[in-house]
Amino acid sequence: MSETTPGTAAQFPPLEGPPLLGLHEMELNFGPQHPSTHGVLRLVLKVDGERIVSARPDIGYLHRGTEKLFETETFPMVVPHTDRMDYVASATNNHAYVLVVEKLLGVEVPKRAQYIRVLLDEMQRISSHVLWLATAALDLGAITPFFYTFREREVILDLFEEYCGARLTLNCMRIGGLPVDLTPGWLEKVRAFTEPFEKNVDEYEELLTENRIWKQRTIGIGVLDEKRCIEWGMTGPVLRAAGKAWDIRRAIPYEVYPELEFDIPVGKNADTYDRYLVRVAELRQSRRIVLQCLDWLEKNPGTEIRGKVPRVIKPPAGEAYAAVEAPKGELGFHLVASGGNKPYRLHVRPPSFINLQALPEMAQGHLVGDLVAVIGTIDIVLGEVDR
Amino acid sequence: MSESLVHYVLVPFVKGLLTVILVATAAGILTWIERRGLGRLQIRKGPNRVGPAGFFQWIADVVKLVFKEDVVPSRAEKVIHLLGPLLLFTPAVVVLGLVPWGPEVTLFGVTTPLHAAADLNVALLLILAVSSIGVYGIILAGWSSNSKYPLLGGLRSAAQLISYEVPMGFAIVAAVLMAGSLSMVEIIEAQKEAGIWFVFPGLVAFFLYFVSGVAETNRTPFDLPEAESELVGGFHTEYSGFRWAIFFMSEYGNMISIGAIATTLFFGGWLRPFPNVAWLSFLDVIPPFFWFAGKVFLFLLVYIWFRATFPRYRFDQLMALGWKALLPISLANLFLVALAALWGAAGLKVLGAVLVLLVAGGLVAAWRRPARASVTTRMAAEKVEVRA
Repeated sequence: MSETTPGTAAQFPPLEGPPLLGLHEMELNFGPQHPSTHGVLRLVLKVDGERIVSARPDIGYLHRGTEKLFETETFPMVVPHTDRMDYVASATNNHAYVLVVEKLLGVEVPKRAQYIRVLLDEMQRISSHVLWLATAALDLGAITPFFYTFREREVILDLFEEYCGARLTLNCMRIGGLPVDLTPGWLEKVRAFTEPFEKNVDEYEELLTENRIWKQRTIGIGVLDEKRCIEWGMTGPVLRAAGKAWDIRRAIPYEVYPELEFDIPVGKNADTYDRYLVRVAELRQSRRIVLQCLDWLEKNPGTEIRGKVPRVIKPPAGEAYAAVEAPKGELGFHLVASGGNKPYRLHVRPPSFINLQALPEMAQGHLVGDLVAVIGTIDIVLGEVDR
Repeated sequence: MSESLVHYVLVPFVKGLLTVILVATAAGILTWIERRGLGRLQIRKGPNRVGPAGFFQWIADVVKLVFKEDVVPSRAEKVIHLLGPLLLFTPAVVVLGLVPWGPEVTLFGVTTPLHAAADLNVALLLILAVSSIGVYGIILAGWSSNSKYPLLGGLRSAAQLISYEVPMGFAIVAAVLMAGSLSMVEIIEAQKEAGIWFVFPGLVAFFLYFVSGVAETNRTPFDLPEAESELVGGFHTEYSGFRWAIFFMSEYGNMISIGAIATTLFFGGWLRPFPNVAWLSFLDVIPPFFWFAGKVFLFLLVYIWFRATFPRYRFDQLMALGWKALLPISLANLFLVALAALWGAAGLKVLGAVLVLLVAGGLVAAWRRPARASVTTRMAAEKVEVRA
């Protein structure tokens, strides 16, 4: 506490050394081995009874140096590494990366490939959101929604497996297009999945939306208003639940999103309950997009899945930034190319990491029981936070 | 062997032993029922490998737990750490010993009431006193573990105790007013005399008792002292092996005893439905003990159903529920029941009819309420983002 940079020491006391505790306070280690930290997040809590005086995230338990690793791989070889960031939504990771390379390369992606990419993205969004719903409900003690959401997630993962061979780390996009064309009959299977989906979402809602206990546990918990959200750089459902209709798919459109019809669900109260509602509403919107993609793809059969890409991908020296609306928020890649066949620097803007920053502010003053709700509501994946 | 030796030593001993064995076995079987039941509710199978339909899973689990290493944290208070599970388990068994399982039976030439302990004239008071000791087990277990999560679990349990114990007491008083006795056997006989189970005039009291009972057994939605997703394991985080198994058994033992008390006070104990209606006497083919066990079993199913349905309350919300909702309701109900009981059996019947009609009316109203469009569907429709 003595000779550190002014302004930092007081805010962030060191992890080592005696804890700076008040008379009634207790230091509580929350994680990294805790059932509700969604991986290996560690929080150092200062609690007064169960009331949280301060919460300090301690991250890095899953750090693998992915961004440095990118620099050692050629451009096509980076794609599988992006799978392992947000490992429950790898399609959108792939997508953000190939977008930035295509931008610098100036490649035109065939329409069919764009539609398939959007289709994969939206199915991935559904699978990520249902997984969020499962774990967030489990954190608050509701064990049943978990199994119902996994019913849908399994179908999506099976469909992914049929398309690209992988269930989780899809590696399903290539610079300039896609690795493979759709298997015959795949589109019908996707359609069969979407048919009961609306009804299935109603089932989740039946368990939670009007549940008194669920409402008591989520309304007014972890409030972060629009102004603070923007100051923290929050994106995704957290920002939208605060009332700001900001969605990269509309704000900075990419691929065929301008041609698709969908609404952006927006919340009002910026609390955990609104974030829940926004995500569930997004499930329904994603289904709408999936159906439109299916219609287009069925009307326009073809085999064109890849644009004109040079054999050796060497983007011209320069910089580019591209972002997609990942399930968790704005996922952006900032590429600095030096003209070689490897990225000179590839920086990631991971939504989980940036949204996690606001956790101390959202958790402060709540009880330990609410902390798990707050961690859940941000929807973090530690693979993406630490990279 | 003299008659008195059999009557005063052998029979009570055998019955006591049976109670302990019954609680332990029933707790084990109950875990199997719970896991299978949850499986059905959650579109999965549940245990299905050991024995037919996985029935021997609970035996396998017990064997595993017995042979597991018993880890005691290095700085724990060793004696109290050991005492914790016992303090929780003993009341569960004692309470079951005080509840009559059936009328007198004759087995092996000995006639005895189906009742582990004696039919005390203050049985209900003793049950209240004994069952609240169990919470000390949780608090002491949490405190003695020398760990922060169990400590928080123990404190939550204390907060929980003071919130539900009072409405629970008042709910029991309502039953006592209707029966005019504290003896469990006499309460059952009073229900036979009155011609109705006390659940009808005591509908509110029963509801209060059962809700408080769920809180007392630390079950969903009041499983705060355990709260796996918040406090890892709560008060039993630092327990392993058979000590943990005793906690587990006491939880299920407590569920059984809450069900047994609710059955005795409000559902006529071992009596068949409508014990005074003669043409229903064919129901007597089922022995009284099985009526009792069946009713208790239904309560246990409700517990399991709760677990699959509800999220968990926060402990301040539970306290608010206890003090601001359950306590005033229990007082008002006590007044109502007292008036009806003053009037006599007819009063109880009128009160019961009114309450049943009210509940039926509420159910019909809820049933006929038009289904609302889902919130999330509305959300998108009301706040459509203008397409760019």
